[in-house]
Amino acid sequence: MTAAISNLSLHASDWWTIGTAAVCGVACGVPGVYLVLRRMSMLGDAISHAILPGLAAAFLFFGTRDVLAMLAGAMATGMLTAWLSAGVARLGKVPEDAAMGVVFTSLFALGVLLITLGSRNVDLDPGCVLYGLIDAVALDTRDVLGVAVPRSFLILSVFAVLNVSLVGVFYKELKIVSFDSALASALGFRSGVVHYTLLAMIAATCVASFEAVGSILVVAMLIVPGATAYLLTDRLSRMLVIAAVVACVAAFAGHLLALATGAAVAGAVSVALGGLFAGAALFSPRYGVVARALRRAALALRIRREDALANLYRAHEGRAAETRRAPGLLDHVAAWALRRQGLVVAKDGVSALTDAGLARARTLIRSHRLWETYLAERVGLPADHLHDPAHRVEHFITDELRGELAGDVGTDVDPQGREIPPDRRAEGEP
Amino acid sequence: MSDFLRLITLQDPNTRVVLLGVALLGAVCGVVGAFAVLRRRALVGDAVAHASLPGVCAAYFVVGDRNFAAFLLGALVFGLLAVLCITLIRNHTRIKEDAAIGTVLSVFFGLGIGMSRMIQNDPAGSRAGLDGFLFGKAAGMVRQDVLLIAGVATAALLLVVILYKELKLLCFDREFAGSLGRRVVLLDLALMTLICLCTVIGLPAVGAVLVVALLIVPAAAARFWSERLVLILLVAGAFGALSGTVGASVSALYAHVSAGPAVALAAAVVFVVSLLLAPRRGVVADIVRRWALRRKILIENFLRAMYELDELASGGAANPALALKRTWTAAQLERAISLAERRRLVRREGGRVTLTESGTRRASDVVRAHRLWELYLIDQASIAPDHVDRDADQIEHVLPPEVLARLDERLRSEGRMPGAAVPASPHSWERAEAGRALG
Amino acid sequence: MPHAQPEAPAIEVHDLTVAYHRKPVLWDVDTAIPRGRLVAVVGPNGAGKSTLLKAVLGLVPLASGWVQVFGRDLRDARSLVAYVPQRESVDWDFPVSALDVVTMGRYGRLGWIRRPARSDTEAALASLDQVGMKAFAHRQISQLSGGQQQRVFIARALVQDAALYLMDEPFAGVDAATERAIVELLRAMRAQGRTVVAVHHDLQSVPDYFDYVVMLNMRLVAAGPVASVFTRENLQKTYGGRLTLLDEAAEAVRKA
Repeated sequence: MTAAISNLSLHASDWWTIGTAAVCGVACGVPGVYLVLRRMSMLGDAISHAILPGLAAAFLFFGTRDVLAMLAGAMATGMLTAWLSAGVARLGKVPEDAAMGVVFTSLFALGVLLITLGSRNVDLDPGCVLYGLIDAVALDTRDVLGVAVPRSFLILSVFAVLNVSLVGVFYKELKIVSFDSALASALGFRSGVVHYTLLAMIAATCVASFEAVGSILVVAMLIVPGATAYLLTDRLSRMLVIAAVVACVAAFAGHLLALATGAAVAGAVSVALGGLFAGAALFSPRYGVVARALRRAALALRIRREDALANLYRAHEGRAAETRRAPGLLDHVAAWALRRQGLVVAKDGVSALTDAGLARARTLIRSHRLWETYLAERVGLPADHLHDPAHRVEHFITDELRGELAGDVGTDVDPQGREIPPDRRAEGEP
Repeated sequence: MSDFLRLITLQDPNTRVVLLGVALLGAVCGVVGAFAVLRRRALVGDAVAHASLPGVCAAYFVVGDRNFAAFLLGALVFGLLAVLCITLIRNHTRIKEDAAIGTVLSVFFGLGIGMSRMIQNDPAGSRAGLDGFLFGKAAGMVRQDVLLIAGVATAALLLVVILYKELKLLCFDREFAGSLGRRVVLLDLALMTLICLCTVIGLPAVGAVLVVALLIVPAAAARFWSERLVLILLVAGAFGALSGTVGASVSALYAHVSAGPAVALAAAVVFVVSLLLAPRRGVVADIVRRWALRRKILIENFLRAMYELDELASGGAANPALALKRTWTAAQLERAISLAERRRLVRREGGRVTLTESGTRRASDVVRAHRLWELYLIDQASIAPDHVDRDADQIEHVLPPEVLARLDERLRSEGRMPGAAVPASPHSWERAEAGRALG
Repeated sequence: MPHAQPEAPAIEVHDLTVAYHRKPVLWDVDTAIPRGRLVAVVGPNGAGKSTLLKAVLGLVPLASGWVQVFGRDLRDARSLVAYVPQRESVDWDFPVSALDVVTMGRYGRLGWIRRPARSDTEAALASLDQVGMKAFAHRQISQLSGGQQQRVFIARALVQDAALYLMDEPFAGVDAATERAIVELLRAMRAQGRTVVAVHHDLQSVPDYFDYVVMLNMRLVAAGPVASVFTRENLQKTYGGRLTLLDEAAEAVRKA
């Protein structure tokens, strides 16, 4: 496959296809971020299906593919979907997701039927509704400053610019309505107006994208870039940028995939989006599955290391080790890591703490005994129930928390009468 | 026309088999869909349906020919894979369920669209007939296909019958099911598998894009007609079968109409009829009920006003047009009088209106309810007497008799109802006025 | 009543810590609840009251510790335990009748697949009668008032004929008559030797309704007979603000 791709040379028409998919992705992906944040992704799916009858009706009624007429018709049915879903849910006491399902499947079916009935004399067919004509965008061009630019690219660029500027201008309003629409209303923002404006934007963008890329890629472009961005950042402004970038990358990668395999471009771009999403889900630095598994493993290892240190400290104090389980693989790794870090040295086959190790172990034991004391004094646990809880929590006590605990318990002897090792750093030692 | 006759008289054996198969398919989709809707999993069905398309394509790549059973198996595998992906994304990332469904739906379907183009470009592949899997081609199915579908549908239906009790518990009260030691995750998986089976056998007949309509719409429509789960399941099954056969027939009659849209539209008609005309939950019934209540309130308010006029004037027919003009508009009053007259509650002689015997009875009941409620509000809710009238106005028309009896008993036991059927009004001015008038 | 290990307390909770998304919400609870008592679980919002019940039922994973019911692992004692979830936790527009809901209480002993028999329906009717709801047996549940819905939930627990009843806010949003009726029922259950543990919000009525109290605020503040434990001092400890260091430690565990 890599060989196949490297053998490909991209012609101008390929670049127009990629460009069209990319501007479509920006136009859909940016408002789509708000759908994902507001947990309304499926409304995007519903609208992108339900604009079909509006499109078809305008088409049959006016008999042309006049953009404005189709836009008006489709926006009307797109908004109608949201309104009807809410109405059916309220009037019929139907669960909201089912109400949406009823409305958009019915409208979509109506649209397909209208197209089938009208398609005997015009060139629209149901299949093209799904995957569009993106493979052939370069065939229908307009002359712009002497360059033949595909019509779809022009239209979608206009929408991309329009959507991005709308989001820019109403950034604050969209943010507050998405975060807390009750608060927004209390502050005097018209949540309903913002909501329906967003839906109108999405419906209009769906119409514009429809012919070029088909409904399936519209849904993918509405939801997946936003979802991917949500895995990568916590900041709304960055989410918007990342969503746009994800859409563009998917357009490029998807087209290459299509060229290499002979798959439909709309489908291949969706798959590329899926790949990017999966990549983010697995490898996102903060929220990725792999990153979290690694963090969990590192935590487990740290706990074993700290347990080993604490046991050595207790031995150093002349007390018995308090771990009862047999050492496993992780313990051996932990012991190795401690030696590498120079916290522990092996003397005559017996491990002993170095000075650095002693300092670390002392901090840990301090955490342990402070927590035991806190549990005994504030939570009121009996003396024989202190060790296990403290053993679990000692690894999570931060410097700050340790300071607060010390202030709170105000003693340097734990409930069993053992010394709570003092904080050497507070006394000026390293 | 002769086509139509041939169709409805089921002369063609293949038509007979196809319609029977589609009816069975619709029935099982309706039944399973009812659980999906009640468990709030309606849109997962949509994702599963879309996601099964690449499964069909993959099966073609593996088997290499139009093998119906392999297609369905591929679809089932990918449908279950989609459910797995949605669950994994929801449980192990910060993505919420809606975006998980949308992502899986669009990516899997995109994969399917991409693969189907590859098959079409393959010279041998154009015969694969994959187009039917998008929008459905019920009439194109052959006997063996239908038998397979019918077999799977029967198995799914059987599974529902076996697990009926558990599914009901799962949909109503998950936590309680857990407290009984039921493995809720397994039950959810069983429901998801049922949804997958339904969408998969719906693919060839109805198509991936709209098979979810057969799952959701009849089920949502059935909810309007009953308050009992068993009946809802039966009605949903019947609606599903009806939508399926009607849609498939239309598609068979008009070659260029796909079965999917036809079935979905048939189901939509059933839904709209249910939404409007269902006897209790329907919109029309609701409007009629509200309208009747408004009329009842108008009449009862008028009767109460008449009764209270009588109390003040100690008998003697009143001229309501004069006495009530401060609080009633002329049109309201005229409508109330004519409604009451038609029910023989009042008699009209010239400008004077008097309560008939049955009118007096009804009026005293209304006044009694009103005043009992007023007293209750003043006593228990400590609302000032001059605010009580308005609150009592809303409630008195809908107070059930057992509540009235309780109020009556309570006031009597506290010695606040000195024997009379109708307690005196708590409004002091009224009482004083009445006292003077009775003088 | 089903068989229970003699002597063992109704519930024994040992060093129980429960965490949601790793963040502990209930710390190191260690207590035993004796049999045959009416037990109130009290504490401010977010104190972990419902969590404690769910932990006993095995509905939430335990971060540490263990729970025993009548001296046995919960898996072997399911039939001894009945649960009344919060009323808001279910969809009351669900198409079932009051009788259907109560019959669900028999599903535990019916096991998978088997259908409720006539005897199950009769038992369900009898327990509806006990809560004064027999006349409403065939009403759809959305047509019942809040108090009536709660009675139906309690009837469902009664029909389980358990030894231990865990109730999550049985008095929330019910009318005065229902509250009195429920209290009568609880007393009757105690007289039969059953144990009832209820999350309760109205502190005023604790001494009237209950004889044993568990006071929670992210950790166990006190547990024991109402007469000795339900004191001003313990109430002050329970409701007088949270232990901020516990909150901070919980946050530290979540972030690690």
